[in-house]
Amino acid sequence: MKISREDVLRVAELAYLDLSEAELETYRAQIDEILEYIGKLNELDTAKVEPMAQVLTTDQQADATLREDLVVPCAVAEDVLAHAPDPEPPYFRVPKVIER
Amino acid sequence: MATNWTIDAVREALAAKKISARELAADFYKRIETRNPELNAFLALTPERARRQADRIDALVAAGSPLPPLAGVPVAIKDVISTRGTKTTCGSKILENYTPPYDATAVERLEAAGAVILGKTNCDEFAMGSSNENSAYGPVKNPLAPDRVPGGSSGGSAAVVAAGLAVASLGTDTGGSIRQPGSFCGIPAMMGSYGRVSRYGLIAFASSLDRIGPFATQVKDVAAILRTIAGRDANDSTSTTAPVPDYLAELAKPLKRLRVGIPKDYFGEGMDADVRQKIEAGIALFKKLGCELVDIRMPHTDYAIAAYYIIATAEASSNLARYDGVRYGLRVEDDSLLAMYRKTRGKGFGPEVKRRIVLGTYVLSAGYYDAYYLKGQKVRALIAQDFRDAFTKVDAILTPTSPVPPFKLGERTSDPLQMYLADIYTVTGSLAGVPGISVPCGKIGGKLPVGLQIFGPAFGEARVLQLAHAFEQAGGAEV
Repeated sequence: MKISREDVLRVAELAYLDLSEAELETYRAQIDEILEYIGKLNELDTAKVEPMAQVLTTDQQADATLREDLVVPCAVAEDVLAHAPDPEPPYFRVPKVIER
Repeated sequence: MATNWTIDAVREALAAKKISARELAADFYKRIETRNPELNAFLALTPERARRQADRIDALVAAGSPLPPLAGVPVAIKDVISTRGTKTTCGSKILENYTPPYDATAVERLEAAGAVILGKTNCDEFAMGSSNENSAYGPVKNPLAPDRVPGGSSGGSAAVVAAGLAVASLGTDTGGSIRQPGSFCGIPAMMGSYGRVSRYGLIAFASSLDRIGPFATQVKDVAAILRTIAGRDANDSTSTTAPVPDYLAELAKPLKRLRVGIPKDYFGEGMDADVRQKIEAGIALFKKLGCELVDIRMPHTDYAIAAYYIIATAEASSNLARYDGVRYGLRVEDDSLLAMYRKTRGKGFGPEVKRRIVLGTYVLSAGYYDAYYLKGQKVRALIAQDFRDAFTKVDAILTPTSPVPPFKLGERTSDPLQMYLADIYTVTGSLAGVPGISVPCGKIGGKLPVGLQIFGPAFGEARVLQLAHAFEQAGGAEV
């Protein structure tokens, strides 16, 4: 077994994801099978391979230069807040996070 | 009235005043009204936006002004691409009520070129899936075989074009999500090179893989749409400054004697016998067109699925962290902030998305990063090298798009790994960043379409399109 019930619980906690008991076991079994399959990568010796951290190479004209720092209009605050679950313009309201 | 509209046909009809852009849009909405209840391919329609744009085009016609390249062309947009003022749900309950305050650059460019946006198309939730069965709004049906899936994740975008409910559409491709539904619905569908099309306004799944690209009924229209949306965008630092060739002009040029590679590694076990027969007939047609067939090896192909599902889920777990019930989308109330996050995400995401968040978080977590994520990135480098090596010997690579024809709804939903394995021929090009197109290559039993995939080197879209166009013109869809 590659992944245990405790692993799934720990990861769900890291990802702030509520899972039901049924989901927990279903995903554990499915992910276990997927990780088992992924294990085939160990057939390859990659000790001397550099990980691919960028898709575009420099000759493909990836533009790494910084743009000019210009002030441009961006009057979307009202629009954005209008679609928030609990807005109190100009803020987003969230449950209290400070201990009383 | 014509039923099989193309970009040229629309343009000629408008210029000759045989139809107005407004009438054309209305005609398409009528077709949608008739056909969509069965197909479930559109999630939202934008008739007012379409009418405003059609009226602008009609005013140009009335004034005798020159028409922009896509004047009056009815198009559809996958629902992971932002549209100002129109809900963009990503096929997810967590964004059921989300209305973007801005347009994606690709959408803006289509409209600036005269296209009329009809609505938003159904897709697998957050573009995660290969059958469109992971949409929170129900599956899309394949217009060519209603008991079958249209492919995914851009199933809706493929289905609306195949059913004649739009002349062209935009989809997104992370591991095959444009090419495979194109194959399943019997139409050409293209993913340009990584960096070719701006992703500004595309709701992210896996940022090192996601690309926007077109579906249409003919390769020429795919070329026209790609040309419109391609090119540098200051709002997307990953869009390149590489010049955009005039793809349409390239299509018109005669096909030179090209060397096309046939990688043995794509023709192993797991391929449906009928698919194999059609692809072999397609390859024979390329030979007839004057191409030189070259046997090549791409030795790391068999490892692509494993590397892809590490990298894509890792990136997804990070990108989807933003759905926290605070700024947009669903919120499930709780007195505690952290419990609010957990409940919102637990309720808002569907099973495939949750599975990928768990897997992606796991492969990035302390103790597993080197074994999985880093290993995946190293194998990705090997796969990219396979492509670079191949393109020192050949001009293009021919493969099947999918190992199987469109399968039945519900047939594969219970086994995620089996569903992932069907992405074998498309994920390689996604990992390598190269462009790829799927073109129709015959129908099994005269009914189920097969797609042939053509890969080119990075920024070699013109050559890929030219080959696809020549194949199509030579009767590739009927091999």
